[in-house]
Amino acid sequence: MTFTRALSAEFLKLFSTRLWWILALVLFLYVGVMAGGLGALFGWAATGGDASAAGVSPLPPGMNLHAVIYSMASSIGYVFPVLLGAFAVTGEFRHQTLTPTFLATPRRGIVLSAKVVAMLLVGALFGVIAWASTVGLGAAALGAFNLDTALDSSDTWAMVGRGVLAMALWAAVGVGLGALVPSQVAALIIVIAFTQFLEPVLRLVSSFNEVTANIARFLPGAASDSLVGASFYSVAMPGGSAETLFWWQGGLVLLAIAVVTTVAGYFTSWRRDVT
Amino acid sequence: MPIGVPIEFAGVTKRFGAVNAVNDLSFTVEPGRVTGFLGPNGAGKTTSLRMLLGLVRPTSGTATFGGVPYRQLPNPLTAVGAALEAASFHPGRTARNHLGVYAAAAGLDKARVDIVLGKVGLSEYADRRVGGYSLGMRQRLGLAGTLLGDPGVLVLDEPINGLDPEGIKWIRLFLRELAAEGRTVLVSSHLLSEVQQSVDDVVIIARGQLVHRGPLSSLDTEATPHVIVNSPTPEALAAALTAAGLSHAPARAGLLVAASDPAQIGHVAFAAGVEISVLHRQETGLEDSFLSLIAGGGER
Repeated sequence: MTFTRALSAEFLKLFSTRLWWILALVLFLYVGVMAGGLGALFGWAATGGDASAAGVSPLPPGMNLHAVIYSMASSIGYVFPVLLGAFAVTGEFRHQTLTPTFLATPRRGIVLSAKVVAMLLVGALFGVIAWASTVGLGAAALGAFNLDTALDSSDTWAMVGRGVLAMALWAAVGVGLGALVPSQVAALIIVIAFTQFLEPVLRLVSSFNEVTANIARFLPGAASDSLVGASFYSVAMPGGSAETLFWWQGGLVLLAIAVVTTVAGYFTSWRRDVT
Repeated sequence: MPIGVPIEFAGVTKRFGAVNAVNDLSFTVEPGRVTGFLGPNGAGKTTSLRMLLGLVRPTSGTATFGGVPYRQLPNPLTAVGAALEAASFHPGRTARNHLGVYAAAAGLDKARVDIVLGKVGLSEYADRRVGGYSLGMRQRLGLAGTLLGDPGVLVLDEPINGLDPEGIKWIRLFLRELAAEGRTVLVSSHLLSEVQQSVDDVVIIARGQLVHRGPLSSLDTEATPHVIVNSPTPEALAAALTAAGLSHAPARAGLLVAASDPAQIGHVAFAAGVEISVLHRQETGLEDSFLSLIAGGGER
């Protein structure tokens, strides 16, 4: 009873400010433009454009171009649900709304778990938005060059489903991060630095060596790509994506990160005195 | 009609590191009365209220509502309404949505939101973002939040801060009305004059310690009475007072004598043949008693 009330309060909190739709809109445009643009670029390169002159390398043999393009929804778009989840927590600290929140629901564990559940659902919504964008614009670009869009393949739709799940898990990871790092600015910097710089560099560097490549499979972004089953990184990396987890392992890694950070955040910042 | 329950502090202590923010605080706040929780800034008022509301964990002691700690109230918003000093609003949320969030968390009827907005006079601004609100409007919104669950107990931290004279008049009537309905009303302030006209009882703390509690009128008798007396020949007057065994001290205009009856001083002067130019009882007033209490607090 208390939980469902707390859950509906969390949804009201989220949908009564502008953050969610601004993030959703930017996500939609960002992954859509990237998927459409890359689709057009590869399409042009693969169908007899002057590839060497344009500096575009030929595609690796056997690569599913459509999967790489569609999966940009999560492989580059995952930062958006993370931010949404993190801000759902850090915003309460920043605007001191923890006070009325805990006055209405003094059992703090209920509030935090309601946030996780709410963010899983809204993260899935973000997933639907992002994948609709990449599949829509990516397929349009591929189709324009008469390349296979694979829209009639059940594998494609299974990937979309796993991609939506990945985005949901990422939003939960965001909640954990926010609970662990309640400062909104610090959380923002960590998300940007880790997702846009640290993890890409680590994945690139580790791929040169078999041992490090084995470890790098467990990096959150890599685990997410394993869950989805395709990634932009398989094109960008010299070693390809030989070292990946099974999709369900990738999902479990993300879930574990979300659970561990949320529980750790509960015992550090969330239970603290609200002054 | 919701029935108020007493608020009980029993040996509540809060230590922040080496600092004793609140020290062994014990008092009871009765229903049907407005109680002023007074003390200078930094005395520990807000920390005490936050402990009462389960937001801050006391180092020791308990604070309860009719014997039940806040965190164990089955649906706290329907039992206790609290507004704390900090502006706890998301600036991008409208007043209606702000209240809607907490009404949902407490499982209250959505209609309550409009009712309480009307009660505090914010109906016409309900769909405006709180970021654009004045301090006075925020105070009213905080107050609206306390009324959401129609609780029997109200805990308000500095509710008068930032209100214009009209707002102050309004809140005084409002608090009186809530107490008259049988609710328990606890209002904190760092200024006695701010709440003097609306409180029945006072609880005064200084440096984290209780220094006085009782009805407002009890403040009057608290200070030692003094008489102010002056003479064209002050030395002769002083000598006469000393001879009569009355302790005295120089004051701004004349002498301050530790006595309650001006007639007694007049007689001493007359008997000694000393002319007097001023003779009256010093009006200490509630504010003076309050100030002397909080200045001497911690040593009692």
